[in-house]
Amino acid sequence: MTTATKTKKTLVVEENWCKGCGICVAFCPKSVLEIRNGKVNIKDLDSCIQCGQCELRCPDYAIYLGGD
Amino acid sequence: MPSNLVNEYFRTENLPHIWCPGCGNGIVTRAIVKAVDNLGLNREDTCVVSGIGCSSRASGYLDFNTIHTTHGRALAFATGIKLAKPDLNVIVITGDGDSSAIGGNHLIHAARRNIDITTIVFNNNTYGMTGGQYSPTTPTGDKGTTAPYGNIDMAFDLCKLAEAAGATYVSRGTIYTTNMLIKLVENGIKNKGFSFVEAMTICPTYYGRKNKKGEAVDMMTYLKDYAINVAAYDKLTDEQREGKFIIGELYKSERPEYTEEYQKIINSFAEEV
Repeated sequence: MTTATKTKKTLVVEENWCKGCGICVAFCPKSVLEIRNGKVNIKDLDSCIQCGQCELRCPDYAIYLGGD
Repeated sequence: MPSNLVNEYFRTENLPHIWCPGCGNGIVTRAIVKAVDNLGLNREDTCVVSGIGCSSRASGYLDFNTIHTTHGRALAFATGIKLAKPDLNVIVITGDGDSSAIGGNHLIHAARRNIDITTIVFNNNTYGMTGGQYSPTTPTGDKGTTAPYGNIDMAFDLCKLAEAAGATYVSRGTIYTTNMLIKLVENGIKNKGFSFVEAMTICPTYYGRKNKKGEAVDMMTYLKDYAINVAAYDKLTDEQREGKFIIGELYKSERPEYTEEYQKIINSFAEEV
């Protein structure tokens, strides 16, 4: 599991659950994500606007906005 | 660690789920859970009933009162549960084949009775679990392992079927328009009567591969481009409607609910004694 923090919320990736389908990568409006070695990877957290589109459409619950 | 939502409502010890990479079933399942969370329903007062098929595996991952029943019979079991305990929120999870082929009769009669059950159909246009046979919602001309030269049947419009059979809430969403799907499930649960929500999802492994629809992302893009909101659809010309399908709330009405009518009969005898 990798985490990266920006402001209050945290973009969290549960790597063990990721099946690398690429849906979150394709529909992220700010190109924050990429697939690396078959799993999602946060490549540009600074661009993240915390819209939560990745969490809404992840079929495997492997990425989400967590924290407070 | 999973998200709070997943932690709260899923049997996380059973995750990751068995669905294929890019399968949309996980998105629909999360949408249902989010709708339940938004409505503040108590898990103990909520029962999830599923049939057989890829979609119906969802009940095993959900930490509610759940029952994974036999093929096509989720609504029959759900009807029994609702009549025994009318205060329960009963949610049925089923697939296109499970609900409209094997369970087609149960679907139309549950709708006819207007029993207070919310049915969510995961429509991936195929029988995924058994290897991609064509289903009643496979579009004409599309291929399945049992239709290698193309399907010659007309596909069911499940929403029209549910409406004609008597459902009092009918809507259709997609896994691309996830926020809308959540709202549709919420409104379906709120409706006192039979609610039918068709969730258009994707099967990249069988239906997608067999019909050269590309990867999961391509199939999601198709849903994004070809699903048109009901208000916008009305304004389109016939030419612009070609190949498109309608999403949104398609039908709403009010009719006596089955368990309430049944209770009236019971009460009438209590008065006699």
